[in-house]
Amino acid sequence: MRCAVIVFPGSNCDYDLYKAANYIEGIQAEYVWYTSKSLDGFDAILVPGGFSYGDALRAGALAARAPILKALQRAADSGTRVLGICNGFQILTECGLLPGALHRNSGLRFICRTVNLEVSNTATPFTSGYVGRTSTHVRLEIAHGEGNYTCDSDTLHKLEDNGQIVFRYSGDNPNGSVANIAGITNEAGNVLGMMPHPERAMADWMGSSDGRILFESMRD
Amino acid sequence: MHTDEPTPDQIHCKKVYKQMGLNDDEYSLVVELLGRRPNLTETGIFGVMWSEHCSYKNSKLLLSRFPVDGPKVLQGPGEGAGVVDIGDGYAVVFKVESHNHPSAIEPYQGAATGVGGILRDIFSMGARPVAVLNSLRFGPLSDSEADKKIISRTRYLFGNVVAGIAGYGNCIGVPTVGGEVCFDECYTGNPLVNVMGVGILRHDQLQHGRAEGIGNSVIYVGLATGRDGIHGATFASEELNEESDAKRTAVQVGDPFMGKLLIEACLEVYESGAIYSVQDMGAAGLTCSSTEMADKGGVGMELNLNLVPQRAENMSAYEIMLSESQERMLFVTNPGREEEVFAIFKKWNVPAVAVGHVIEEQVLRLKHHGEKVAELPLNTVCGASPVYQRESKMPQEVVERQQQTAITWSVPENLQIVFQQLIQTPELASKSWVYQQYDCMVRTSTSVRPGSDAGVVRVEGTDKALAMSIDGNSRYVFLDPKTGGKIAVAEAARNVVCSGARPLAITDGLNFGNPEKPEIFWQLEQAVSGMAETCNFLKLPVTGGNVSLYNETEGEAIYPTPVVGVVGLIENNDHTTTQFFQNSGDVLLLLGDTKNELGGSSYQQMQLGKITGMPPKLDLDKEQTLQQTLLEIIHSGIVISAHDLSQGGLAVALLTSCTENYGILVNWEIDLRPDIALFSESQSRILLSISPDNTELVEVVMQKKGVPCARIGKVVSSGTSGSNCGGSTGCFDISLNGTPVIQAELNPLRELWKNAIGREMEISV
Repeated sequence: MRCAVIVFPGSNCDYDLYKAANYIEGIQAEYVWYTSKSLDGFDAILVPGGFSYGDALRAGALAARAPILKALQRAADSGTRVLGICNGFQILTECGLLPGALHRNSGLRFICRTVNLEVSNTATPFTSGYVGRTSTHVRLEIAHGEGNYTCDSDTLHKLEDNGQIVFRYSGDNPNGSVANIAGITNEAGNVLGMMPHPERAMADWMGSSDGRILFESMRD
Repeated sequence: MHTDEPTPDQIHCKKVYKQMGLNDDEYSLVVELLGRRPNLTETGIFGVMWSEHCSYKNSKLLLSRFPVDGPKVLQGPGEGAGVVDIGDGYAVVFKVESHNHPSAIEPYQGAATGVGGILRDIFSMGARPVAVLNSLRFGPLSDSEADKKIISRTRYLFGNVVAGIAGYGNCIGVPTVGGEVCFDECYTGNPLVNVMGVGILRHDQLQHGRAEGIGNSVIYVGLATGRDGIHGATFASEELNEESDAKRTAVQVGDPFMGKLLIEACLEVYESGAIYSVQDMGAAGLTCSSTEMADKGGVGMELNLNLVPQRAENMSAYEIMLSESQERMLFVTNPGREEEVFAIFKKWNVPAVAVGHVIEEQVLRLKHHGEKVAELPLNTVCGASPVYQRESKMPQEVVERQQQTAITWSVPENLQIVFQQLIQTPELASKSWVYQQYDCMVRTSTSVRPGSDAGVVRVEGTDKALAMSIDGNSRYVFLDPKTGGKIAVAEAARNVVCSGARPLAITDGLNFGNPEKPEIFWQLEQAVSGMAETCNFLKLPVTGGNVSLYNETEGEAIYPTPVVGVVGLIENNDHTTTQFFQNSGDVLLLLGDTKNELGGSSYQQMQLGKITGMPPKLDLDKEQTLQQTLLEIIHSGIVISAHDLSQGGLAVALLTSCTENYGILVNWEIDLRPDIALFSESQSRILLSISPDNTELVEVVMQKKGVPCARIGKVVSSGTSGSNCGGSTGCFDISLNGTPVIQAELNPLRELWKNAIGREMEISV
């Protein structure tokens, strides 16, 4: 599987995502610069975390208007798997590939810590591997200042009815997101945006290896 | 020249030079060296280059006592940061820097630019920054007797310094892996913000800051120059007073986004081989980088200031040269390679422009609007600053304080309540409120996060890792600067040893008051001599550091506060050790002697509201044996956890080694008053947990090496998944000689400790 890791100016989890994807047997990840006009030939597209454009205006707002976005939209529309993590999630909501928005954390402070997540839908191309795990609980790290997912009630109902809510915070909700949402897909299910960082949970020495399953699911 | 600028004669007659940090004698020396009166720009250049921050004029003689060489040192003090070999063709680059004065005035930007500044020092050496740490000091967060306005101000400073470090470090994408925060009244008006940067490079990537090659282009890179931070270095070398707030313009504003682009672009430029040398524009901006680069290379430099990118209109030569605008670097290119350099910077959208060239004559020559506005021989600006041997005098009050060794209170009836109070003091409480605001994992190389004795970052492409820590207990230094200085170095080294690393070298951050006062200079002299003695003994070179003097408010100095940053090498990732208990039934071993040593302890401070007596003693022989022996047994793979005993003594070390799932049952046979046993801060002690099968082996090794080793109890499990003490809340039980002194439920106790700072910040004043 050929994966693109998009690099925007100010992306800083691009390297981590590149390492994580290449760590999985059967995935070859490559960097793609934000000015590129094509994403043809890639089986999956990874939009990394960080502070694209220094979060100028709003987190993700400028990256959502970067030259590569047209190609990203085309790829998503044609069914290519797209994974946006942290700032990547913010970019996907800003460009309209995912509904809703990510507000400032309810505590108004940046939070970096490990959280417990419930995998609410294992029938997606990103989470199929979590089937059969005890109570489908996973531990991943979050590191964000604007992870408070918000949407109107109609959208929330749609998300719930379509099984688009993939990850929810279990136990305490670190950022005040609606319905404890940590990650959602688009209606078609091929675009996932999530605040927690699976690329930071690839081996026990990192504190958790629960993120591997997500990349393996994507490959399979 | 701007027409409204004072002329050289006016500078002389009206003593304008004083505003630039030069005193009468220093100005006279400048005139003598130049053979004429300097103009405003030139006077400003001397003002910053001869400030303590740039010239170390007050501390130079003392700093020469530090060992700076060692078999693995590739670069000692003098360049952006020290460089030490770690094998496999790699080296580690690290240094500490202070941003105290800016943070006292504008805490968010002061702290943010502290992070930016030290990171530029790291990548100006050619290294990829891999970690930052910080050491912070503030006044008390609450005090029923203090003025409410002061407490609000302290919380504002604390909250915004942390937010500033987070805002810059998180955005630039370098993990914050460790640090320390202390609170004491002496820092109320003058908080301390010391930041340590760590980077990794391949030997062939090492850069330097020597300008060479007559005619080579000098390239200005990064953000445009504005009027921010003019005379920052001079400002940093004065006492704070009522007028300091009016100096807000001296505080620079950081741009971590540009910082991130600069890192990536610079690393790419180095790889191209198109540049000859590089230096960051930190303190004293363009002045310091241009003069130092030329001076180190034995050449001169001519700059056309009209070519310097400017973001304010009508900037004078003086302002351009003295600005400390952030995110700027200066390069000297190899002949004919300019276009390659420009292309890489263009790709990253980083402004880069040729502003001058290297000349043979060893002068700094500045042109502005077609006129020559400064011409200074480099040996006057760089080499000729006065060096002061200040008067040193031990104050009588120190002698008196040291004699107050008697413990004036009786044993508290309920030690559990005392313990609960102690672990909720901000200095001993968990710092998770602070470090959860820092991204500690970006770059996914962090294997030990904040909260253990040292942060650990893996070295990619090898089986190795770097353990790093920054530490300093100013109370010990206040009571006895020499012993305090010794402890600062020993404890920093002990921290990384507990993580399984061999300490490689240290970087020192010396934060003191006004050295022109003999009592303050005595503190500095004594502390440095204690630190130097320990460095020599433990063979720890000092590869760089920072001196911040004049940390005083309205004439009151802070406690003398040397902080020591240390980096250690973990030869194999398997050796990585944390302080946390991991298995029920593991045996608790206490290494080292516990003595009646409460001087300067957290417990004494809580009981008396002040500190007296002598700090704990430090025996360098014992310290070295302890560290070497511990490292040997960690390498043999039998140490489950290791934790240095420091503030709050054994009781606090036990609590901070517990986790949600593992508590303790302790019964310790010890011939000391119970409160002293629990809270003494005797040095050279380590708490280990070892599996029962290996305990005897450890005891035999320790006996052979003469390291005292006592079995004091065991680890017990708690939590819902099976408990052998205290049920799901766990237990934290300490008995002394068979008598229970603390019998607590573990997790409620941990909650008190964990959330104390958050609660403190939310209580209304």
